Amino acid sequence: MSFMKSFAIGTVATLMATAAFAECEIASGNVNVLANDFPALKAVTAAAAECTGGVTVSANHNKDFRNITVQALTANPAEYTAVVVANSSIVPLLNEGLLRPLDDLVAKHGQGLSKNQLITIDGKIMAIAFMANAQHLFVRQDVLDQIGKPVPATWEEVVETGKAIKDAGIMDHPFAFLSMSDWNLGEEFVNMYLGHGGEFFKPGTAEPAINNETGVATLNMMKDLVSLSNPDFLTYNTATVVPIWKSGDLAIAQLWGSSGGELLAGEGAAEGVAENTVLASAPTVAGGDTPASTLWWDGFTIAKNISDEDAEATFIAMMNGISPAMVEANNDAAVWLMDAYNPGPAATGVAATATGGAEPYPMLPYMGLLHQAFFEELPDFLQGNESAEQTLADIEAAYIAAAKEAGYL
Amino acid sequence: MKHRTFFWFILPSLAAMILFIALPTVSVAIQSLFVEHEQVMVEVENCGPFKCETVLQVDNEATAALQEDAPLGRFNGLGTYTNRKHLAFEQVGVAWNETESLGAFLSELLNLPFYKALIFTLTFTFVVTPFVIVLGLGVALAVNTVPRLFKGPTIFVSLLPMIVTPLVGALIIFWMVDADGVIGATLQRIFNNPNLSLKASMPLTWIMLIVYGIWSSTPFSFIVFYAGLQTVPKETLEAAKIDGASRWQAIRYVVVPYMMPLVVFITLMQLMDNFRVLEPIVAFQASAKATSLSWIIYNDLRGGDIPQFGSAGATSILTIIGVAILLTPVLIRTWRDFNRKRA
Repeated sequence: MSFMKSFAIGTVATLMATAAFAECEIASGNVNVLANDFPALKAVTAAAAECTGGVTVSANHNKDFRNITVQALTANPAEYTAVVVANSSIVPLLNEGLLRPLDDLVAKHGQGLSKNQLITIDGKIMAIAFMANAQHLFVRQDVLDQIGKPVPATWEEVVETGKAIKDAGIMDHPFAFLSMSDWNLGEEFVNMYLGHGGEFFKPGTAEPAINNETGVATLNMMKDLVSLSNPDFLTYNTATVVPIWKSGDLAIAQLWGSSGGELLAGEGAAEGVAENTVLASAPTVAGGDTPASTLWWDGFTIAKNISDEDAEATFIAMMNGISPAMVEANNDAAVWLMDAYNPGPAATGVAATATGGAEPYPMLPYMGLLHQAFFEELPDFLQGNESAEQTLADIEAAYIAAAKEAGYL
Repeated sequence: MKHRTFFWFILPSLAAMILFIALPTVSVAIQSLFVEHEQVMVEVENCGPFKCETVLQVDNEATAALQEDAPLGRFNGLGTYTNRKHLAFEQVGVAWNETESLGAFLSELLNLPFYKALIFTLTFTFVVTPFVIVLGLGVALAVNTVPRLFKGPTIFVSLLPMIVTPLVGALIIFWMVDADGVIGATLQRIFNNPNLSLKASMPLTWIMLIVYGIWSSTPFSFIVFYAGLQTVPKETLEAAKIDGASRWQAIRYVVVPYMMPLVVFITLMQLMDNFRVLEPIVAFQASAKATSLSWIIYNDLRGGDIPQFGSAGATSILTIIGVAILLTPVLIRTWRDFNRKRA
């Protein structure tokens, strides 16, 4: 269903090529883009689809895109010529060697790119990043004013402020983060653990190294936070928390920067919520000086198993997709990495988190397995069924079993 | 029927069964005996928008060469079956030796993903199955007494839970039990507890899943029993009435014995279906409180960035073995009945 719909949107966009992008002329070739499903990426593929000439451009936006990338690109010729990936979803494609180095195409057509957009691996350009994202704090200024506290800069202050809001009887559950017991919960652990200055693996190996004091401190902080959250916290993802924020039942939340535009626009929000929503850096924790969050980029890659002609057509179309005209038309849809971007209020949180020195999400082949072990084992601890040490030992054991099977240990 | 005729008669369905049931099962079984090749790693420098760092990366060429030699991966025998994610022999052994009481041992056992999932799967199966049979029979008897005019609409309404796609049905109920939903808010009112949440407590989540299971499966047993009721011989029922049997006695001593083969049939189907419970756990987002064997398979394949085929294969085979064990008593009983009738 969503495939057909996206496909239709892509086709319609091709037909409706406007004068603004008329400079993109591709004589021939076939461009087919696979991407996640959110507005910023749709803006990119729609702009790419405005290329005219003999080329056909279509796009498939799918929330489950990462489950089909490897199979789709293993085929020869590949099912898609380009895949829009992020730090983590590029890893399986790299592991299987399904991506095409882009150095020659960048030299030929990539004049507009700035250096920080080039994702290089072992000296070869493998992806072109075009937007950044990170989880950071959203606060309600009016609620903070009521209790006379500033915007929290550390997670300890978040706990303190949250308790003050609760004690003042303003809200029962003033805090939320994306703690659904799937990939989301794993990401929260990753953020908090990196904020504590932790290392996930023994240097130079795939052996886990999280069963330590840093891990215990991370877990205890998470437990303090969930005590301020709704008891349903294990079902909270972006789709759940954003409406709760809009209804005015939250005072502090850690959400993706990409939700910023929607929450500031305040469509469908209760009165006074959007006006008082303030975006701030992700807090630091335990006296550390880097925000407890991870930086993410989204970028496009080009499949290896396609003809050089299609690869070139895809590259030109995608370059048009991330052109200055697209950025100007969709300035507030994302934190774009292109020079034409003019950072607005929706970007302040991500920008503050990035300048604060948050770490990029680790682009390691075996990180996905550890991430999965996090969210499989964490609920036991957060629900108070077992000790922090036991949970950390369980995480390592679950990871080791998976990593042995995948051939990393 | 001559053996030859019989052979030609069943050949098409036999071929279809081999192609669509036996071969995939065999391929899953083979897959479960293998794990992936050792990944050849190299240190490379990665640069992104934020910084450069030296990390390990898979050496594609070396790994591709390994894969070329042995496309299935490394043979691991039953290693995947006995590791921590499955039967966990080593961990169970350690737990047995190191714990003092049976309770402590059980809590160690339930900390292992496979056993945790197994206990919910079995609870779900053994609670839902009898309820479905009793309720299905009850609904069928009730509908049978409805005046002819209303029978059609009543049957349609009774079948609704089965008509609605399981995932959609589960989602609708999930929204209803939300703290802001119809059922959730009503329960909070009744118990006068604004923090009561069906999603936050483990026993309530289990009850919710089980109630959903009963709700969605009862129409199946209802329709089978209803069809069966139409064939109950009227003479026997009338004879029972003349002998002074009450309605309850007529049901207990005439209808139920007559429907026994159907009870066995539904039991078989329900044991199989309920042992493979998956949709409600996904739709109710309940994986933190309740996991099933099928959910483990789903999570291995779809949970993270890297699908674990060997692990998923092993759990699939263990599920098949589990279903076989569950069905054995019922099948033995049927076989005895069959032999008795022939004799």
